[in-house]
Amino acid sequence: MKLDDKLYLVRFNTDKLSHIKIKDPSFCFNNCQDRVCTRVCPAHVYDWDEEEKRIAVGYEGCLECGTCLAACTDKNIDWHYPRGGFGVSWKNG
Amino acid sequence: MENFDVIVVGGGPAGLSAAISAAKAGMKTIVIERGNYPGTKNVMGGILYTKPTNMVVPDFWKEAPIERPIIEQRIAMLSGDQCVMASHRDPAWTTEPNAHSVLRVKFDRWLSQQAEKAGVMIIPETIVEDLLYRGDQVAGVRTGRGEGDLGAKIVIIAEGVNNFLAVKAGLAKPLHPHNVAVAVKEIITLPKEKIEDRFCLEEGQGATIELYGDSTAGIMGTGFIYTNKESISIGVGTLLQPLIQQKWTPNDLLEHFKAKPYVKRLLQGGETKEYLAHLIPEGGYTNLPKLYRQGVMVVGDTAMLMNSLNREGSNLAMISGMSAGEVAAQAISAGDTSEQMLAAYERKLRDSFVLKDLHHYRHMSKFFENNPHMLKIYPEIINHAAGMYLTVDGVPKKQRQKEILRMAFKRRSIPGIMKDIYGAWRALL
Repeated sequence: MKLDDKLYLVRFNTDKLSHIKIKDPSFCFNNCQDRVCTRVCPAHVYDWDEEEKRIAVGYEGCLECGTCLAACTDKNIDWHYPRGGFGVSWKNG
Repeated sequence: MENFDVIVVGGGPAGLSAAISAAKAGMKTIVIERGNYPGTKNVMGGILYTKPTNMVVPDFWKEAPIERPIIEQRIAMLSGDQCVMASHRDPAWTTEPNAHSVLRVKFDRWLSQQAEKAGVMIIPETIVEDLLYRGDQVAGVRTGRGEGDLGAKIVIIAEGVNNFLAVKAGLAKPLHPHNVAVAVKEIITLPKEKIEDRFCLEEGQGATIELYGDSTAGIMGTGFIYTNKESISIGVGTLLQPLIQQKWTPNDLLEHFKAKPYVKRLLQGGETKEYLAHLIPEGGYTNLPKLYRQGVMVVGDTAMLMNSLNREGSNLAMISGMSAGEVAAQAISAGDTSEQMLAAYERKLRDSFVLKDLHHYRHMSKFFENNPHMLKIYPEIINHAAGMYLTVDGVPKKQRQKEILRMAFKRRSIPGIMKDIYGAWRALL
């Protein structure tokens, strides 16, 4: 089953404001070879945009696990929880 | 600013247990929860242990929304399409349960209702952004709401594995790929008769299967399958560092696991209803945060209280929460919330299985970190050995046994095996 189809099953109360920010977008292009965030995020929130030479962030699909924050050892991701009541809302848990 | 005796940050098993024990001791207690209600942000594999939960809410399982009492637990080693398995079954655990499968959205909501019955006020849809201090003493919390400062004599941090507040308070270190595992899971619905037939269960009984080895492509971790009433919880969890190194994505690893012949057949015809992800604190004893200081205690996942070898986490969370709630009540009643007074919380955990078990396994994470081959080579050896031993082809058994040993020593040298046994012995026994 494709990840996109799985994410379609998840219930979100999407905030207008993003709760994720790449602190220094040029760092990912200049200094980060592996771009671990594009692989380890279970929801594939992070995608490398080859044209723009930066990480594109789809915060709307974030499952709020925190994997990106632990995985980016350069600490270039500013990730906090969405505002109260927003974000993922599990149906089963 | 409104004032309370105890403010608990986070409405999971640890936070709600803390709140229940504090409120029962007469403390004016609130739980601040970021979800719509406690449960909507909460995920675990799905096994809840009965006795520790009974300590928080006696006989909970007779009325709580649980899925199935677990009567059979299987452990398997996968290698390619092969599988070697051991299991324990005791139908007596249907009526004298040891563990249940649960779905956390339902269960945590129910637990929060028990907290409310005990006098706890739950404040949902609210983020705690920081702690408030009076000198060195923690004196409350700053929430994300307008005029959102709330005062407390004691704050209990039960914010879960993502330890933002504990880090800000100087109690914990930020998470690192070496000390967390990432787990993804699916809820797959199946009719209850199908579940019972496929897992050889009587009506209402439940089973668990943990699979090591190729279930996670040999990465340190497990694949798990738990039976719910009318669904299966299936997932994989691995340490983050080797997942990064071996360039797997969590969802690809889960699909790899689901495609295994043994697993595929259990899920056949089921429909995926939800896809979930969660981090698991795996730092172990040597990476425990500071558990308390003036006016604050840290419980559950935030305190890295996790025994993944024995699949225990929610029980450590509830016992730590309950202990912190009790200590908070004693300290407040005595009018002394100093660091010295709250040290009683850590003493309680040290006297209980919580820190005894973590201390017992203190060498485990280093051992597995330094020996990443363990779940690659041994599942292979065990499956090959079983396959060779069971092959009937006219080769005399004595010769076959020699061949098996040769096969094993080809994959891992005799000194290597000795070293692994010694290391595992030291780490696990």
